[in-house]
Amino acid sequence: MKAVISVIGHDAKGIIAKVSSICAEHETNIIDITQSVMKEYFAMVMVTELCDSNFSALSASLADFEKASGMKVHVMHEDIFNSMHRI
Amino acid sequence: MINIYDVLETIKMIDEENLDIRTITMGISLLDCMGEDIDSVCTKIYDKITKKAEKLVETGCEIEKQYGIPIINKRISVTPMAMVASACKGGDYVKLAKALDKAAKQTGVNFIGGYSALVHKGYTESDKRLIASIAQSLAETDFVCSSVNVATTRAGINMDAVREMGKVVSDSAKLTADKNCIGAAKLVVFANAVEDNPFMAGAFHGVGEPECVINVGVSGPGVISSALKKHPDADLSEVAEVIKKTAFKITRMGQLVATEASKRLDVPFGIVDLSLAPTPAIGDSVAHILEEIGLESCGAHGTTAALAMLNDAVKKGGVMASSHVGGLSGAFIPVSEDAGMIDAAKSGALTLSKLEAMTAVCSVGIDMVIIPGDTPADIISAIIADEAAIGVVNSKTTAVRVVPAVGKTAGEELEFGGLLGGGPVMPVNTCSPAKMIARGGRIPAPIQSLKN
Repeated sequence: MKAVISVIGHDAKGIIAKVSSICAEHETNIIDITQSVMKEYFAMVMVTELCDSNFSALSASLADFEKASGMKVHVMHEDIFNSMHRI
Repeated sequence: MINIYDVLETIKMIDEENLDIRTITMGISLLDCMGEDIDSVCTKIYDKITKKAEKLVETGCEIEKQYGIPIINKRISVTPMAMVASACKGGDYVKLAKALDKAAKQTGVNFIGGYSALVHKGYTESDKRLIASIAQSLAETDFVCSSVNVATTRAGINMDAVREMGKVVSDSAKLTADKNCIGAAKLVVFANAVEDNPFMAGAFHGVGEPECVINVGVSGPGVISSALKKHPDADLSEVAEVIKKTAFKITRMGQLVATEASKRLDVPFGIVDLSLAPTPAIGDSVAHILEEIGLESCGAHGTTAALAMLNDAVKKGGVMASSHVGGLSGAFIPVSEDAGMIDAAKSGALTLSKLEAMTAVCSVGIDMVIIPGDTPADIISAIIADEAAIGVVNSKTTAVRVVPAVGKTAGEELEFGGLLGGGPVMPVNTCSPAKMIARGGRIPAPIQSLKN
């Protein structure tokens, strides 16, 4: 499956590094990455590919990162964005 | 590549604007559970529901987690119980309600609908027994919802049933007076009821439906409100466009979840209900959309026109987003479940008469309206008759779900909590319709041409 990871919050050092290492831990391949900093806010969207069976563990690790970093982190199936924004 | 702004927009809708899937409802046919012995019918009902819906809640939670979209309710609707029980020789129908309740608890759903009878043209013996047992059944169960269809455009209005349902609503509240009259909140009286409605309390699995089916109801009043905030000076043509586009996005998500649930449960997909269903949460109100359009308060003159446009635009946007549309489809206006409606009712801006006018252009009818506890049953019957007339003449579904607040008068408040919310007791017109209601009989079906 393809999952979209998004991270939103105050800009800080090493955000992408941390998220990337969490992906690596769960055998998640990063296909594409976009980021933008608006004023002091940081927004990053990562499209990843992984086995269905790794999704829960990845999701749990990202939830831990969310708590520790204070950023807003979401991991969602790619189809939700495709269906909502593409005809 | 997925656009970063699209991702942020979706996340904002879910996190801040209360976008969610309101319900995944599994419809299950119980026609093969008929039998002469009521106890064995109860066993068959329990066994069939718990087998078919065994994985419903679990699958709903999986989808919720993987797609990151909240699915608030997982529910079950079944064949109208008056039909399922029609071959039973004797026995107390409350047992059937208890079997449904037990099955709901076992499967983990939060409501089960279908303790129902369709009596728009007349009663079978089983319909009579079921209707007589509704108040008791709702008092002795937690999750069972009941509905009775008393009118259709083709058959007219069964005024004997209307008269009786006034009493049943009143009794349902009285028997649950110690539980905030919750019985009446689980009972809907319909005109032109639909067979594939996923929303409670009026969901049942119609006889034209397949063995088992998945229907989904979406929601998102907060998303529409926020979208309109970005266009404070747009004219109403543009407002309708904004609503259409937003409804499209909301419905696409509903379609995705419906398809996925259908695939994972190996049950055919039925319909997506294009609904705007409010909750008492701040920012999840249909009334606030109407106010965003430009009314000081919901209930002001202009409310019916604004609601008509909203309802129509939601359908136009949603129809293209889903392969099969059905259910009640449109904006719901349940007073106790909508923060803006509650405020408007408290301030007196929203009255029962205005609500009645609004039901001519919204998805259903007089919904979750709390009325004085001493309201006579014939006035409740007359409220039902008026709603049924609006539905029958306009070929649309209408319904009445009023809760007589036992021991309370206009201006006091009744709280249900949760999704059902709470609100002020609204005054009713106390002039007596007793003579008309006592007449009974049937109001003939309306003419379908010469439409003016």
